[in-house]
Amino acid sequence: MKLQKASLFALYAVLELASDPERQLSATDIADNYGISTHHLAKILRTLVRSGLVQAVRGAGGGYRFAGSVNRTTLLDVIDLFETLDSEIENPNLGNQAGRPIMEELQSISNEIGDLTKAILDTITLETALNSSRQQN
Amino acid sequence: MSDQITIRNAVPTDLNVVISLDSVGTEKEKPAYWKDVFDRYLNAGNSDRIILVAETSEDVVGFIVGEVRAWEFGSPPCGWVFALGVSTKTREIGIGHLLFKELCLRLKQAGVTSVRTMIARKQKLVLSFFRSQGLRTGPYIELEKQLD
Repeated sequence: MKLQKASLFALYAVLELASDPERQLSATDIADNYGISTHHLAKILRTLVRSGLVQAVRGAGGGYRFAGSVNRTTLLDVIDLFETLDSEIENPNLGNQAGRPIMEELQSISNEIGDLTKAILDTITLETALNSSRQQN
Repeated sequence: MSDQITIRNAVPTDLNVVISLDSVGTEKEKPAYWKDVFDRYLNAGNSDRIILVAETSEDVVGFIVGEVRAWEFGSPPCGWVFALGVSTKTREIGIGHLLFKELCLRLKQAGVTSVRTMIARKQKLVLSFFRSQGLRTGPYIELEKQLD
């Protein structure tokens, strides 16, 4: 599985903000913590605000604050805002070629892998991910 | 409220409430199955087989069942959890965590160093619970096929 940058940066931002829902952080604060582009992250934060997971706080000292449910929101919920985790095999088509059975089998295997990936991401809440990361430190 | 919860070994009179709690998750009661489990686990006098219940001052509100299981294909014995239920009225106050924590303690005392379970992918709530307790995808892959 290879997540798009937007999904990965969104996970960084959401987990960082959810680690202390009372805290406000700017896009620059978050970008600096993860060594990523502030410009790119700002776009991602706008999507997160629209989704309701993150709240934009305006004015001096403003920034972003987590506004979702830390024990209900899963990693897949965040990723789904930016991409669909499709199968990585893209068969050109499944017409009448002699190779169709092999193409279908490879697609089936790829779907099996994709389903497992989604099942894992859909059962890890932000709270669980944060707790695990704290235990690693 | 979790301070007021007691975790104890199940006794035969807990059978009906365990059947009832289990039916919330499985959507049907399995009295014969649970009678058999209680007979085998409570009468065995064996620390390898464990049924625990969570109790308030008034009711039994949760249960967990596990055992030390030997495995084929070269795997050493490990702890195996195969049932967990908490009353819908007492969820999200840590009862599942207390049950699982005590079960892990008992399994460790019985001599194993890891605990394992298997849950259908569609059981998102149960999967999320075990994830929250630190379980991750293990070194085995469950395989199955439809029998013709």
